[in-house]
Amino acid sequence: MDQTFPLLSTLIFLPLAGALLVMLLPRRNALLIKVSTLLLTLIEFALSLPLFFQFNEKTAAMQFVEQREWYPEWGISYLLGIDGISMLLVMLTTFITVLCILCSWESIKDKIKEYYVSFLILETAMIGALCALDLVLFYIFWELMLIPMYLLIGVWGGPNRIYAAVKFFLFTMVGSVLMLVAIMTLYFHFGRESGAYTFNVFELYKADLPAAMQYWLFAAFALSFAIKVPMFPFHTWLPDAHTEAPTAGSVILAAVLLKMGVYGFLRFAMPLFPAALVASTALISWLAIIGIVYGAVMCIMQTDLKRLIAYSSVSHLGYVMLGIFALNMQGFQGGIYQMLNHGISTGGLFLIVGMIYERRHTRMIADFGGLTKVMPRLAVFFMIVTLSSIALPGTNGFVGEFLILLGAFRSNMLYGVLASTGVILGAVYMLWMFQRVMFGKIVREENRGLTDLTKRESAILCTIVLFVFLMGLYPGAFLRKMDASAAGYLKFLQARTAVYAATASGPVRQAEAK
Amino acid sequence: MVIRIPELAFGFIIPELIITVSAVVTLLLAAFARKDSVGAVAGAITLTGAGLAMVFTCALWDVNASLYNALYTIDNFGTFFKGLALIVAMLVTILSLSYVEREEMVKGEYFSLLLFGVLGMMIMVSSNHFITIFIGLEVMSIAVYVLCGLLSGNARSAESSLKYFLLGAFATAFLLYGMALVYATTGILDIRDIASYIGSGTFGLTPMFMIGIAMLIVGFGFKTASVPFHMWTPDVYQGAPTSITAYMATGIKAAAFGAFLRVFYTAFLPLLANWSDMIWLIAVATMTIGNITALVQDDVKRMLAYSSIAHAGYILVAFVVGDQLSSAGILYYLLVYTFMNIGAFTIVILMGRKGEENTGIDSYAGLAGRHPLIALAMTVFLLSLAGIPPLAGFMGKFYVLSAAVKAKYYWLAVIGVLNSVVAVYYYLRVVMAMYFKESAGAFGKTDFSPAYSLVIIISLWALFHMGVFPRDFLLIAQKSIGIFM
Repeated sequence: MDQTFPLLSTLIFLPLAGALLVMLLPRRNALLIKVSTLLLTLIEFALSLPLFFQFNEKTAAMQFVEQREWYPEWGISYLLGIDGISMLLVMLTTFITVLCILCSWESIKDKIKEYYVSFLILETAMIGALCALDLVLFYIFWELMLIPMYLLIGVWGGPNRIYAAVKFFLFTMVGSVLMLVAIMTLYFHFGRESGAYTFNVFELYKADLPAAMQYWLFAAFALSFAIKVPMFPFHTWLPDAHTEAPTAGSVILAAVLLKMGVYGFLRFAMPLFPAALVASTALISWLAIIGIVYGAVMCIMQTDLKRLIAYSSVSHLGYVMLGIFALNMQGFQGGIYQMLNHGISTGGLFLIVGMIYERRHTRMIADFGGLTKVMPRLAVFFMIVTLSSIALPGTNGFVGEFLILLGAFRSNMLYGVLASTGVILGAVYMLWMFQRVMFGKIVREENRGLTDLTKRESAILCTIVLFVFLMGLYPGAFLRKMDASAAGYLKFLQARTAVYAATASGPVRQAEAK
Repeated sequence: MVIRIPELAFGFIIPELIITVSAVVTLLLAAFARKDSVGAVAGAITLTGAGLAMVFTCALWDVNASLYNALYTIDNFGTFFKGLALIVAMLVTILSLSYVEREEMVKGEYFSLLLFGVLGMMIMVSSNHFITIFIGLEVMSIAVYVLCGLLSGNARSAESSLKYFLLGAFATAFLLYGMALVYATTGILDIRDIASYIGSGTFGLTPMFMIGIAMLIVGFGFKTASVPFHMWTPDVYQGAPTSITAYMATGIKAAAFGAFLRVFYTAFLPLLANWSDMIWLIAVATMTIGNITALVQDDVKRMLAYSSIAHAGYILVAFVVGDQLSSAGILYYLLVYTFMNIGAFTIVILMGRKGEENTGIDSYAGLAGRHPLIALAMTVFLLSLAGIPPLAGFMGKFYVLSAAVKAKYYWLAVIGVLNSVVAVYYYLRVVMAMYFKESAGAFGKTDFSPAYSLVIIISLWALFHMGVFPRDFLLIAQKSIGIFM
């Protein structure tokens, strides 16, 4: 495949075209709809493979770049490109989407066509947001993600789904509209200063805004992304959304949508506003640490499996943010790696809970116990994924958390120490949950009749487990892809912040100066 | 004394002439043709007339002329709004073809008044002279007062008509009084001459002149349904035949904004600093009150009425700024707004039956299960109204708000976007009802006539097209406002 082939555009618009196709299929033929969606997502995944294998890991520059005029008078262009960071996230997206389609196979019985159409549109929006390098284009995809996810939660979700869907929508929307104002402010300010009106993010990287303006704009961007991540104290929508969403919705929400917030931070908020970044590093790191500990403590108290996993997401994403804002190579790479891990592990956990729920129609921990006896196959998978979520050495989670803690210790000893408590708490809540659900005696009669995993379900979980070990035992394959990008990114960020860091005081900056 | 006879430059007013002739023919038809065929024939004449007028209007693009002793003006700004009025006329006529049959309204008069209303709109947007603007406004208003009450035997409709007439008469009086005060202080009725007089140095800002401006704002504020002159809107919109509601929400609003823009950006632009604060306040109040009141509406038609108030607020945001970008944004917004609103009202019509409108939000429960395509179309219209990309409503909001940001009205922009979050909530209520809830009663058969589908398809296409490729439309809008800058 030569470089002129618009691979990213194909990846973005294939699901959309597929959605239109599925829309035209006869409603009654559910199997046809399911099979065509599965084929589409498989093709999509296959098409995304060249991104990984043909990716030039020697350079930090954007690759597979496509640029077309869209609205030149305004400096809005159709600009796409990926670096080592977004490439891995795109791969994660195409991979997880296939699993989501597979795991919905039996569980979605109502409005099947709308369901798969929503999923395909969601895939378009997610990949678009990851590839867009023009702020308007990014914003369009960013907002587009809301609608299908809103429908997924609201139509196919649990009993309290309407509340959860609306809360999800309004929370995210408040953040993103303020970001829109910030984008415009940035655009006009940069245009007035430089004479070049553009939404091209690489041009805007050159902007040198007054510090006060940077604080405001960073605040708007950060609010939008922090809600999406979600960082403490903007996380309250997440447990509701996760609990009420259908299995596949929870999986895609955890695996990809939350990563969008982190990605937004590192692609837009951080490099665009260096002064604000310097000033807010400590604040965000502290919020991340609070998130880690708070999320973990909340997990211990949960009685609902999905809610527990949702809070564990808050904790894990706290790690990611801490790593990224350590602003050193270990922390940064660890943060990115942890994003992928969280996608695989938490995605896997949601899948497993979904499978149990399909059989038992409850998610309450108290309703289970002793499931190992009736579902031995599930127990094995569940154990592996749980351990990877705890970050046992040998699994993927270990690599990410280790790197993050290393980075945190390098940047500030206190951060490292506090964040490490999250590791212990993580083991506590996950293992305790596992024990209560899987081990012990079967106390409820209903649990005796549960059937073990089907072939389809085993296949889904096999791929998850494959990646758990692949990424745990051979992280080099993935880390190498982003080495150059991460190093280039941090170098660039250091150059951007150097001016401001010299004047800033505080332990973070001093540690960084070494 | 030499009386100069104005040259008869009919070439420039062919669109207006076509509309007048079609209106008169339709009216005569009602008197002379057989009752059962009037609807179709009158509709066909109306549609043909509007279409022909549209062709000639397009031909007048880039033509500038001042006619009849400067009483009438042809320029791109006027041509844009004339085109918009004709688009509204055509869409409303198409959907009326089925709607008037269903509601058994008087057909000839209906279409004739529709055309007279359009004629008024066309006149009021293409003049730089106070008197002509006023005449246009009256022609439009009187036609619509009657149209509101055409649902015979329906008390709501009569109430709507009477309310609109009484309050409208007051508002018109305010407008006229404003014009009189401006005339009293300057002695000029031509708005371009007023502008040059203000700039001439002999002009001193008197309270009387400012009161005149304020009165004009009241008058136009009423027609554009801006807070605090919006009280009539919900009742009138709810009571009127739905097709006329769509017509009022789009056509009248657009024409009123056209005249509003022209008067203020031509005559009073040098005094922008004096009146922009007033508009700022009105914009904020309009957005906020419109949106917050819409939150608690359980009737979709009424909700759309409040939403149309809120949209007037967004447009006023750009009005405050007073530069090229903002006014182009207004024009683009009005164009987009026309399609999404007419689309939404068409669905409202579809949900109704003869005599029962079914506009309660409960009637929409479970629509997605029974009529997935209608629900999908409604969702697109509502999401566009809410300003979700990639639909045109987003681009409209984007341009309007960016105008405010550009002029450093940051708070105005922030209030605007926060309002759009509030708006999302009530638009989503309908989506929620359609998709998340099960229907309570039986739906019955919808009269899914080709007329409705045509309007829906055109509107859908326009929203996607203008949302993804806004460039051409914005360039047209920018060329249209070239006369001010």
